[in-house]
Amino acid sequence: MPGQETSVARRGPLGRPRRTRPGTSQEAPRGQVTPLGEVNWTGTRRSSYFPVIFSVLFLLTFVGSYRLAQVEPLLLFEAAGRRNILKFVSGMFPPDLSWNFLSLLGRPILETIQISLMGTFMAVAIGFPIGLLATSSLTFKGILNEREMAASRPRALLHRASYLLARAVLSLFRTIPEFVWAFMFVRAVGLGPFPGVLAIGISYAGMLGKVYSEILDHVNPGPLEALQATGASKLTIILYGLMPQALPNVVSYTLYRWECAVRASAILGFVGAGGIGQQLEISMRMFNFNQVFTLVAILFVMVAGVDALSARVRRAIMGRERI
Amino acid sequence: MANTATQAARLAPPKGRDFPSASTLMIMAGFLALMIWSYVGTEFSLRGLLGGESAAQIWTYAKNLFPPDLSKDFLLKSGYWTLETFAISFLGTILAVVIALSLVFFSSRNLMFAGLLFEMERSRPWVRVLRTGLYLGAKSTLNILRTVPHIVWALILVFAIGLGPFPGMLALGIHTGGVLGRLFGEVVENVETQPIEALQATGATRLQILFYGILPQVLPDFVAYTLYRWEVNIREAVILGYVGAGGLGQQIQIAISLFLEHRLLTLILAIYIIVTLVDYLSASLRNRLV
Repeated sequence: MPGQETSVARRGPLGRPRRTRPGTSQEAPRGQVTPLGEVNWTGTRRSSYFPVIFSVLFLLTFVGSYRLAQVEPLLLFEAAGRRNILKFVSGMFPPDLSWNFLSLLGRPILETIQISLMGTFMAVAIGFPIGLLATSSLTFKGILNEREMAASRPRALLHRASYLLARAVLSLFRTIPEFVWAFMFVRAVGLGPFPGVLAIGISYAGMLGKVYSEILDHVNPGPLEALQATGASKLTIILYGLMPQALPNVVSYTLYRWECAVRASAILGFVGAGGIGQQLEISMRMFNFNQVFTLVAILFVMVAGVDALSARVRRAIMGRERI
Repeated sequence: MANTATQAARLAPPKGRDFPSASTLMIMAGFLALMIWSYVGTEFSLRGLLGGESAAQIWTYAKNLFPPDLSKDFLLKSGYWTLETFAISFLGTILAVVIALSLVFFSSRNLMFAGLLFEMERSRPWVRVLRTGLYLGAKSTLNILRTVPHIVWALILVFAIGLGPFPGMLALGIHTGGVLGRLFGEVVENVETQPIEALQATGATRLQILFYGILPQVLPDFVAYTLYRWEVNIREAVILGYVGAGGLGQQIQIAISLFLEHRLLTLILAIYIIVTLVDYLSASLRNRLV
């Protein structure tokens, strides 16, 4: 999709968000009044209607959505709602810390981690090759393919087709939420952690593949050209020119995705795909809110732990690769 | 020839790539162990997947999905549910922005008590304690909002106010509010200090510094993060339907539970269309605004 190139920098925790330099045209939304009281037109008159159109559309969407979503803020303050929320909150205390309950949780906690790990492995195994195919600088564009593309037309078409196909597959994989994948895999292969792994593997393959291809597309072409000038083969160029440049970002994004996978695999249990989510759903449906409290606390510790671990690994890798 | 070779050897970094160091080997071993551990623990079966039983099951299921149910009646309904999902994600994101914006400035350490703005301050200790307390309060609120998964929020809210898209939208907004609050907070804590210093030198008050020194710097990033979260939210809005919060998710749950596979495919196509549309909208808005 055009215009999504910037999303690599935005999406992952690949360093801090890009800071806009003061004084550039990016400082304020184009055509809008900056807090300094000036109108930032960035020299084009073409976009002067944009704020108006944008506001009108935004308002219309807002009103339409408001009606469609059946928003009734008063519901929150009604006696029944208030009573339910009170029941919920008071039911949470004291949290259930009995050994009976806690001893049930060891296995699901480990299972959640295992699902996230195996799912991420599978996602890399599927996403990386497809991501390579979906990289325009590897399949049909730029210096690596110049000669080949000029040489034979059918071959050029084949390359382009494989690129488009890879992109379509990736977008199909990632547009369908992992939850829906899990639902279908549970139906197809039965309950347990296995469908959870498949769901994470497939949907994260789509995301990883897309981001990998963006990273690979944006490497510095200099080393690649230098390698080609020495007569290196395509594989050599990929291995020694492309990968060393892309690897830190690839690894860092993969780790970030793993963090997300931990969170996702905790949820997947709701549809019967193993892990701590299954217990969470049971407690929720039985109105055992004190157990819900314990489970959410465990989830918090787990996610925070994984975040910290992955941040450390990421720093170690990024640091080492940069020296 | 030999000369260049020795030169290359001398230029090469001390830790050669060809001889992995002990720490690299250990990392690799640990990695492998993790892989085996999770392979066994998840009852993963590669053989089953590559041409075995599981592959056959998946294939059968996939075959059953076709053809999609394209009757006019169902298409119209799907369109309505799709719009409902869109509405949930849209309003949820707006609610999230409201929540995040109302808490983010309290949860940034450089605006509350630390750093440049407070260097010169000789405030009474209790003011400082109050500020720190406010900071901790805002920060932990955001943490709670963020840590509780949106599906749990949805369950709580469905329990409190009943089925329908409204609790879904609230759940999405509450959870995303926590996420955006954290992302926004990082942006605010990492602002460029020169403009602030310059403003401070002119004698600007703290509120003026916020408006003229900090907001112009952070707004583009705020917009970008919001749009990115919107893309995530449209997917999560689908998930929320599962617990009874309306939209496509609810219908998907019904279709899967009742083995209405043809309808399921239609709904999946609807998800594909709406998610792609939102991705596209968000990307083009980002290009325009940021």
